[in-house]
Amino acid sequence: MFDEDFANEKSVIHRLDPRVKIVIAAAFSSVISVSSRWIALAPGLVFSVSLVLISGLPIRKVCLRLVVVNSLILFLWFFLPFSLKGTPCFTIGPFTATKEGMLYVLLLTLRSNIIVLALVSLVSTIPIFALGRAMGRLCVPNKIVQLFLFTYRYLHVIHLEYLRLVNALKIRGFRPTTSMHTYKTYAYLFGMLLVKSYDRSERVRKAMLCRGFKGKFYDMTRPSLRTFDLVTMLLMCVAVVGIALLQWTRFIY
Amino acid sequence: MDKIHILINLEDIHFSYSGQKAVLQGIYFRLCERERIGLIGPNGGGKTTLFHIIMGLLKPTSGKIEILGKGIESEKDFRAVRQSIGLLFQDPDDQLFSPTVLEDVAFGPLNQGKSIKEAKGIAMETLASLGLSGFEDRVTYKLSGGEKRLVSLATVLAMKPKVLLLDEPTTGLDPETTQRLISILKQLDIAYVFISHDIDFVMQTTDKIYGLLNGRIVSEEEIAPHTHIHAHGFGRLPHSHSSRLADV
Repeated sequence: MFDEDFANEKSVIHRLDPRVKIVIAAAFSSVISVSSRWIALAPGLVFSVSLVLISGLPIRKVCLRLVVVNSLILFLWFFLPFSLKGTPCFTIGPFTATKEGMLYVLLLTLRSNIIVLALVSLVSTIPIFALGRAMGRLCVPNKIVQLFLFTYRYLHVIHLEYLRLVNALKIRGFRPTTSMHTYKTYAYLFGMLLVKSYDRSERVRKAMLCRGFKGKFYDMTRPSLRTFDLVTMLLMCVAVVGIALLQWTRFIY
Repeated sequence: MDKIHILINLEDIHFSYSGQKAVLQGIYFRLCERERIGLIGPNGGGKTTLFHIIMGLLKPTSGKIEILGKGIESEKDFRAVRQSIGLLFQDPDDQLFSPTVLEDVAFGPLNQGKSIKEAKGIAMETLASLGLSGFEDRVTYKLSGGEKRLVSLATVLAMKPKVLLLDEPTTGLDPETTQRLISILKQLDIAYVFISHDIDFVMQTTDKIYGLLNGRIVSEEEIAPHTHIHAHGFGRLPHSHSSRLADV
């Protein structure tokens, strides 16, 4: 279920310190998410597309992720062009699409795709556990980091439990239909899963107590930033600041 | 007997889960140094409950607990107990929560106040002693069932306990891993108690067997013929046979 297949390549981007990648991803997405000018978004697109290319991720899989994101955005295309006021563009029945509305949706689409591409190349190239530790070192509150790591660790176990329950249904000839019986069965399934995961969390807590847990976790790895990380960080910061300048100043025109 | 040699002493322990029938009804139990005790009994008979009471994870309704010669009552007392008694849980997934094997094995020693370097050393040593060298960077949830069990044992042994409590350690293991576990247990220089339904396994690894029946500990020395096929001690208690162990 969780193969982390994007984290297993060996590109320059993969070798970058996770902290650098998180900081850049956060800064870049924040700038892009409030950018409204094409002159700022165009280099943003170039930036994230080149990151994807450098990371050597399989293009087909990256495109599949974009399809997921864009299928959500598709709904905006159904509504937004017709709900903003402005110059009429075309009419379908009683609804009139406006030029402003169209441009606005295009802007949203572009922004989302740029951000997703950057996150795919920067964040999903970090193995989950390294991501958790890096978050800890970046002063993200300990509780959030632990919640994140435990969720990931036990999602896997809960998924296996889910598969066991589904198999138990299958071997007794259960076939989902649109009926009260099906709804009831699914309700039982998820209820059971909830109870089981609660019980498991209790057992995990007890196991931790048995090993002397006092509420503190220890980080055994102490990586230091290499020159390569610092230089890349600097270059990427320049790129992000450049995009911000294009958005908020009148450098170019 | 000298008090110092008694590791665990339980007197008249009663316990019931809220609103339910009593699980334990007057348990008397004593574990001495180097003693190896097997505990068998029916499902839901309170064996796991008994272990959790010894570790202070559950509070008995009444009774007296003495560990290493000291009366144990408060959570603070139990915190000290957990430094000297290791419990191996039934399901290794409950025990292994850290990203990597090394971090998980080092978790106990770190909680005992060891430095990161020391904890790392202890972890590597423990892994090596169980034949698990090279496992340190493996991701815990991607291990096989048998590997998970052995790594769980390593996480407990890394704390250098004086007593080991094992809750059905052979469940779900193949004959080879079971055999490996038997030889590890035989080499251990510490007292242990374990729960198992596998009477052949229990007979190979312990000196004494107790049964837990109707909330009480029964010790039964005479042989009880209980089927027309075979007969041995503890035959009156529900148990299973791993015929696979007979050939080993």
